[in-house]
Amino acid sequence: MKRDTFLSEVSRHKFIYLLALPGIVFFLVFSYLPMFGIVIAFKDFQMGKGILGSPWNGFKNFEFFFSSGDAWKVTRNTIFLNSMFIVFITFFQVFFAILLNEVRNSLFKRITQSIMFLPYFMSWIIVSVIVMGFLGSDTGAVNKALNSLGHEGIAWFSSPKLWPAILVVLNAWKWSGYGVIIFLATIVGFDISFYEAAIIDGAGKLQQIFHITLPLLKPTIIILTILAVGKIFYGDVGLIYGIIGDNAMLFSTTDVIDTYVLRALRTSADLGMSTAIGLWQSVMGFILVLISNKLANKYENEGALF
Amino acid sequence: MTIKKNSAEKVYYTVIYGVITLFSILCLTPFWLMVTGSLTKESSILKNGYQFFPDQWSLAAYNMIFHSQRILKSYLVTVEVTVLGTVISMLLTCMLAYALSVRGLKYTKYISMFVFFTMLFSGGMVPWYILITRYLHLQNTILALMLPYAVSPFWMFLMRNYFRGIPDSIMESARIDGANDVFILFRIMLPLSLPSIATIGLFYGLMYWNDWYLSLMFIEKEGLFPLQFLLRSLVSNLMNVAASLNPKMSVMQEIPAYSVRMSTAIITIGPIILLYPFVQRYFVKGLTVGSIKG
Repeated sequence: MKRDTFLSEVSRHKFIYLLALPGIVFFLVFSYLPMFGIVIAFKDFQMGKGILGSPWNGFKNFEFFFSSGDAWKVTRNTIFLNSMFIVFITFFQVFFAILLNEVRNSLFKRITQSIMFLPYFMSWIIVSVIVMGFLGSDTGAVNKALNSLGHEGIAWFSSPKLWPAILVVLNAWKWSGYGVIIFLATIVGFDISFYEAAIIDGAGKLQQIFHITLPLLKPTIIILTILAVGKIFYGDVGLIYGIIGDNAMLFSTTDVIDTYVLRALRTSADLGMSTAIGLWQSVMGFILVLISNKLANKYENEGALF
Repeated sequence: MTIKKNSAEKVYYTVIYGVITLFSILCLTPFWLMVTGSLTKESSILKNGYQFFPDQWSLAAYNMIFHSQRILKSYLVTVEVTVLGTVISMLLTCMLAYALSVRGLKYTKYISMFVFFTMLFSGGMVPWYILITRYLHLQNTILALMLPYAVSPFWMFLMRNYFRGIPDSIMESARIDGANDVFILFRIMLPLSLPSIATIGLFYGLMYWNDWYLSLMFIEKEGLFPLQFLLRSLVSNLMNVAASLNPKMSVMQEIPAYSVRMSTAIITIGPIILLYPFVQRYFVKGLTVGSIKG
């Protein structure tokens, strides 16, 4: 009998491994090769000299980033904005899923659910066009309406304080219908006998929601939240760069790690330092994913991704 | 007693239907503003801003973009990237998913871990960018708009789970009949999982249609601007870009820049809106299956 070596295994199932090969090559090239590029974080990187030719400079890139004050700002913004998104989006999703579950008219339910889901299909660029339509300084509908009521228009694009709220609204608009589908599917799976028993005991509609539906939804909400917290170090480039772009007046509240790195890359300011920031994000993100996944597993068996 | 209960119930349902209706209207409002904005006469926009009920209508914006070579070019880029990208993605995804779904292989577990790890950790944006531009030299090619997104680990694992749900006996009997795995995948598994393929293909298609990140990163050549990226430049640099859409027309008359921005947005989302009623259920299916166990 042949020894169970790598070659014998592969040749025995050569077609299967052949089918897997292009996918493996894809991940090798586009995900694993960049991981070797992490060395750039420890180098004084110069495009002309390439990765290997550029001189090492130890932890200088990290020192520079953490002493510039930007490190704290973008990390805080990333975590703060993402926390806001998690809280408000989850609230809207659960709220409308429960409301829709009460609707008995199936045509009404189908139509409104389709309408709520529609924003999910819009790119952030479309959303930025919408933002210009409402808030644009010259032709935006909101300022024109304020003007016609005798008020001064609001300088949206130079008022950083307003933007966390605006971004939350945009995100809620885009993601509510998406979550409604997920939560509604969960609610539909609940055992109907809970509700029947409650009705016999004289529970009203609101009591059923607060004492049956919400407690039953709790595991799903917690698991989805834990998993979202695991990704809290990753800013939404699409949302933030798509809408804020390079508007430096809004950076104090909206600049996140990803947009900071993206800008550094686009202006090719200091690639060594931006790689260092990216590494800081990847490592923190990795740790947080592991922790959140442990928590999810602890909370509910099979609740985690892995 | 019963009357009181009925009226309370009436209030309850009125509130529920009312809140849902209100929120649905809010969800639609931006679309309404885009449509009316694209159909408003430019002078009216300049005077009164974008209006929900314009006082002067005009088709000038559509007239301009339908005669624009640049818009047509971008549309073709977007269509090409979406179609070709989705085909490439589906091929690679299904092939890898099938290989990982076959039981009793020695290295399946390691390949799965190899793929899964990429969901947890990455080298970051800068090394990825340097790899693609300095080593693969993909910048300013159409491949740069597709290859970096070719396989999504999430959809790959979902597809693998679909394949695993198909009874082994079907594959076994095919193997006994002498079919190899390439044949089994393309002739047996794929036809059996058409709804799943439609679902995952549509998610890929939407991703390619809506993407502007890859073009922001890798495309400087105007002829390769996808629609979303052209639209982005209409947001950040309205006047110059609007004028460039149709140079001949721009010399002759005033450019309806603000309404052109809206009409370009409308034609960008047009295909999605038109297909939406037919494909919505596939997306719903993808979400409910994907979220419950990824």
